[in-house]
Amino acid sequence: MTEAEVDTRIRALIEPFNKKGVEITPATTFANDLEFDSLTVMDFVAEIEDEFDIIISMNQQAEIENYGLLVAAVHKLQDS
Amino acid sequence: MTDNVTTDTAPRGDLFSKFDDIIQTRETLLATGVEDPYNLVMEKVLSPTRAICNGRDTILLGTYNYMGMTFDPDVLDAGKQALADYGSGTTGSRVLNGTFQGHKECEDALKEFYGMDHAMVFSTGYQANLGIISTIAGKGDYIILDIDSHASIYDGCAMGNAEIVPFRHNDVEALEKRLRRIPEGAGILVVLEGVYSMMGDVAPLKEMVAISKKHGAMVLVDEAHSMGFIGENGRGVAEEQGIMDDCDFIIGTFSKSVGTVGGFCVSNHPKFDIMRLVCRPYVFTASLPPSVVATSATSIRKLMHGSNKRAHLWENSKTLHKGLLDLGFKLGTQEPQSAIIAVIMPDLQQGAMMWEALLKEGLYVNLARPPATPAGMTLLRCSLCAEHSAEEVQTILDMFERAGQAVGIIG
Repeated sequence: MTEAEVDTRIRALIEPFNKKGVEITPATTFANDLEFDSLTVMDFVAEIEDEFDIIISMNQQAEIENYGLLVAAVHKLQDS
Repeated sequence: MTDNVTTDTAPRGDLFSKFDDIIQTRETLLATGVEDPYNLVMEKVLSPTRAICNGRDTILLGTYNYMGMTFDPDVLDAGKQALADYGSGTTGSRVLNGTFQGHKECEDALKEFYGMDHAMVFSTGYQANLGIISTIAGKGDYIILDIDSHASIYDGCAMGNAEIVPFRHNDVEALEKRLRRIPEGAGILVVLEGVYSMMGDVAPLKEMVAISKKHGAMVLVDEAHSMGFIGENGRGVAEEQGIMDDCDFIIGTFSKSVGTVGGFCVSNHPKFDIMRLVCRPYVFTASLPPSVVATSATSIRKLMHGSNKRAHLWENSKTLHKGLLDLGFKLGTQEPQSAIIAVIMPDLQQGAMMWEALLKEGLYVNLARPPATPAGMTLLRCSLCAEHSAEEVQTILDMFERAGQAVGIIG
């Protein structure tokens, strides 16, 4: 899967969690821009994990601050 | 100069600025005039179920003293004897000068209680989780844990170097999916709890442990809130669900049913004793005082024969659960599953008001709030004791009715 394809699929997954309709750019942060709390993070991560059949550990999540980093991380994980 | 510094201007680089939100929340709550829920003093403790709290005679319904062992005459005698014979403290680590006869006897009592080969006593339950989890799961290993796990489990994960993978609370399928996705050959530790302390709900350990074993994982079960009460011999949820032999490690505490303080891990792993040398929260702290291991060992041995008390505690739990539901309170579980009953409050403000109204009635419960609680809930957490009489449980229900109506939580 190309990074563009990963991006498209994550964009679809993020929609129900993006309650305020924030514009999603690579720089969009989960904690500040999207105001995700810890439960939302867990649900959102679980959706991505199921979609791509991967694991994103809490250690990895700590490094993923914005949307761009997420797409890159998932692209790398589903490739390996 | 310093004269110009005003109190509302934080000095540059104040490391306490990060706590400003919490300070604000607390000040807002206390400004309403409510009694501080986190500053209660028990001036005198009368029994496992009664104390003088902030000057009032109070029924205790939030102390995890499930089996009411804290004033057991045999337990107290053992403690007094140990104080006289061995002194007030060990002044040393378990691996140096801090292992007395009493520590071995306490570990023997645990081995017998659980029917396991090895037992290791820590200075607190928190340290037992911190030590075992951070030590056995290393770099490249995976820890899969329930998202609602206790802080000591998360802190054990944070202290170690393993990859941490949480799954949705009590969701067997979510656990299974994560087990399936772990890279081939990686070591896996699955961490579960028998009873989850916030809502008082029990885990489907039988299914979860079976799936974990199928994927080659080792399983650690924290039975802090079930020891002494759940299972035929009070060994916990793993015993009740018939999977004791499949649990690699059981973690527990002395600060609940046992009625003292301390923590432990029991295991049948043939190499378990090496933990005594490699587990830093075991090595780099002083061991429990002689009186504490003596009271603990005596209490553990008495809990083996506590079936009558267990039966009465179940009665109390069922009566309180049904009574609160009938009064119109929203509870954490539809059926009573443990000795914990969580009453769900509309918000922190009303929760604090209800907590204070109950305290003024003469009833102490725990006010639990985020981040300790799941889903941002405010809870009044009730933990029953085998020493609560049936009449006391009725009195408790009357208090809840009056306080709930006064605060406007029930009609």
